[in-house]
Amino acid sequence: MSILAKEKVEFRDARDHLAGVIREGGAFVPFGNGTSRIGRAQGVDLKAPDEAWDYDPSALTLTVAAGVSVETVERILAEENQRLAFEPPQMSGLLQRAGTPTIGGMVAGNLSGPRRVAVGACRDFCLGVEFIDGRGQVIKNGGRVMKNVTGLDLVKLMAGSHGTLGLITEVSLKVQPIPEVTATLELHGLSDGDAIRAMSAALGGPFDVTGAAHLREEADGTPAKTLIRLEGFESSVKARAAKVQALLSEFGESYVNWNEAETQDVWADIRDVKRFWKGLDDVWRVSVKPSEAVAAVEAVRPKDVIYDWGGNRLWLLTEQGTDVRAHLPSGHATLIRAEDETKRRLGVFPPQSPAIERISAGLRQKFDPEGKFNPGMMG
Amino acid sequence: MDMPAPQAEILARKPELIRRLQQVLPKDAVIDAPEELRAYECDALTAYRCAPLAAVLPATTEEVAGVLRICHDMGVPVVPRGSGTSLAGGALPTGDSVILGVARLRDVIEVNYPDRYIRVQTGMTNLAVTGAVESDGFFYAPDPSSQLACAIAGNIAMNSGGAHCLKYGVTTNNLLGVTMVMADGEVVEIGGAEMEAAGLDLLALICGSEGQLGVVTEATLRILPKPEGARPVLLAFDSNEVAGACVADIIRAGLMPVAIEFMDRPIIRATEDFAKAGYPDCEALLIVEAEGSEAEISDQLARIIEIAKRHKPVEIRESQSAEESGRIWLGRKSAFGAMGQMGDYICLDGTIPVGQLPYVLKRIAELSEQHGHMVGNVFHAGDGNMHPLILFNANQPGQLESAEAMGAEILKLCVEAGGCLTGEHGVGVEKRDLMGHQFAPADLEAQMAVKDVFDPNWLLNPAKVFPLDASAGRRAAE
Repeated sequence: MSILAKEKVEFRDARDHLAGVIREGGAFVPFGNGTSRIGRAQGVDLKAPDEAWDYDPSALTLTVAAGVSVETVERILAEENQRLAFEPPQMSGLLQRAGTPTIGGMVAGNLSGPRRVAVGACRDFCLGVEFIDGRGQVIKNGGRVMKNVTGLDLVKLMAGSHGTLGLITEVSLKVQPIPEVTATLELHGLSDGDAIRAMSAALGGPFDVTGAAHLREEADGTPAKTLIRLEGFESSVKARAAKVQALLSEFGESYVNWNEAETQDVWADIRDVKRFWKGLDDVWRVSVKPSEAVAAVEAVRPKDVIYDWGGNRLWLLTEQGTDVRAHLPSGHATLIRAEDETKRRLGVFPPQSPAIERISAGLRQKFDPEGKFNPGMMG
Repeated sequence: MDMPAPQAEILARKPELIRRLQQVLPKDAVIDAPEELRAYECDALTAYRCAPLAAVLPATTEEVAGVLRICHDMGVPVVPRGSGTSLAGGALPTGDSVILGVARLRDVIEVNYPDRYIRVQTGMTNLAVTGAVESDGFFYAPDPSSQLACAIAGNIAMNSGGAHCLKYGVTTNNLLGVTMVMADGEVVEIGGAEMEAAGLDLLALICGSEGQLGVVTEATLRILPKPEGARPVLLAFDSNEVAGACVADIIRAGLMPVAIEFMDRPIIRATEDFAKAGYPDCEALLIVEAEGSEAEISDQLARIIEIAKRHKPVEIRESQSAEESGRIWLGRKSAFGAMGQMGDYICLDGTIPVGQLPYVLKRIAELSEQHGHMVGNVFHAGDGNMHPLILFNANQPGQLESAEAMGAEILKLCVEAGGCLTGEHGVGVEKRDLMGHQFAPADLEAQMAVKDVFDPNWLLNPAKVFPLDASAGRRAAE
């Protein structure tokens, strides 16, 4: 059963046309609008008409053509007071590119923002996918219901595959209501180590923390800030904020910012890594256990760092050409922004064990036997 | 339901197989006496039984690897088994297979509160994982109703859910990493303790793969701080449509209760006779649970009740104490037992878009009439995961077949309504032959191609998930 309504037939035609081109030997390097692409591939842009979706607010599900912009989707969701809970980042600022990200690119990159620490990643909100494989076949997996264990989960496999397994043409997403109130609790002047301990304490209690980030002191003297986000109904957020303040009293005085607009901006900046937009230094994204985050940063000695997800995700700003992986004692690092030469030399994606490399290569061979999609993208 | 005939040449090599298995396992970990193998001839889908060639109970990853190396070398199929609670026949043996049970893999390997994870051997039960961290204020979120008995290995294989996944997600959303033994005995580490793994999302493939891709021996699971408390409200309605509309309104209002359970009249009556929970005699009941601090619960329940009132419920019963909560949950929790008292039953678990609830319930009632089997519906309404229970009499010839035929009709209905065959029980053998209703040949081919990569000889959990005709070429190539 087609999940897009009839008037979206135009995109369906485009999809079938693309499938035909691929069957006849055409190669594609899909990258949405290219705003979030971090690999070295170049390629084409897959656009869909801006009304290609099927949205059921009372079921919290949305099916949408891959070429629709994330911005458009967020707008139609907001009209129903709903949102993409995993808070997809706009990578274009950091990558110094123009354009707006597409849903297909967001899913292909499994892009998630600060709220991922509480609600899960983009992949956790992907319910269904349709894609064209390397043989030009249209494949569907998953569906548009919340719970589905029918067969193998290719939906999450496609999420985060950076377009190396196929051309995503449509996805179904789980959405969430926008809470009544958002507030941010701030602690000032903490060391990195204390900030990690404070964030772990907050995340380890029953407070439904939906963001935990730490920013170091800035060059202009703005003090280090540790930020804890709380969302929900007003009375509940107030009660939880008081509890978190009490819990974190050993780390000094804390402030709760109730200004909705300011809070939105603060978290959007962390989400989009705005602190590192300017300049030409390299930017690495590191995944590490929070308890090992400070040791990782001390070993790498970056010029600056943003701790997100309570220290599970680090953004490192490093001197051009620095091999962060050579210093990293644990976790794994992805090279997000660097000169092409550096990306070639160090590799964008972290190396994997031989067994995992073999399985991954095996999957790519099955889905795209002739290497038509983003060859060399993920190693 | 067909199963492939056991391969005579494997049966003939049983003595050699047992001898080799005994070389890598303690003596009592290799079971080959027919009377002892009877314990492994079925799982919770008891309508289908077949004794395996042998059963093994390894206690370490190395022992699992040893077993798989031998079976791979000899071309013997392996059926991984958690605690045997699958309702879909996920652990049903074939006559020429070795059952690989994880019952002796029961250790907690690491508990890490600052980083909020636990690493366990996968033979641990679901409830024991929560038990290991509960006193420190944490819990493991997926809570299938078999949680007292079911193993983490089976939870991962079936991507198990539970009543509270509306808020916390299912197994795949709570699994960080695994140690897995491949079909040829190679041990691989996938994911880790970090929130995000590098490379392709292989963890997502493993989770819910029903033992088709490997045997998971250790798992790193996300643990969460326990909420301060939880309390339900019971809402009674005089029609399924109205109850369904109330569910939709609760969700639309931005309330995210941890559970919304739905029971229809046949189930309400059955549980009243059985458990005497004191439910009102009505067409449809909702149990909606809120959690958090006492003030948060009161506030949430008040909002839920306000929405419910717009739908003119015949009764509202807000729990005020642990005892009242227990009574409200009593009927729901004894629903399966109550139906079991009335006869044998088949439990389905198709999922539908929430908006289709009234239509699907109406069609199920019509099918019930048509096929002459009573059906009770009790399910997770917030996520559309239905659980129709079809009653039949196993001692009466033809009844099982007729109940199964009706079950197949209901599952096709779920797919037609925009849903799927199974929301949390898995495909196993039970829904294997219906896969063609949900997937086109190319869709199934893509899934089977994944198995080709992990298990090129198709030795793991044979004749499950994929329709036999679709997998015939691959199985013949063994």
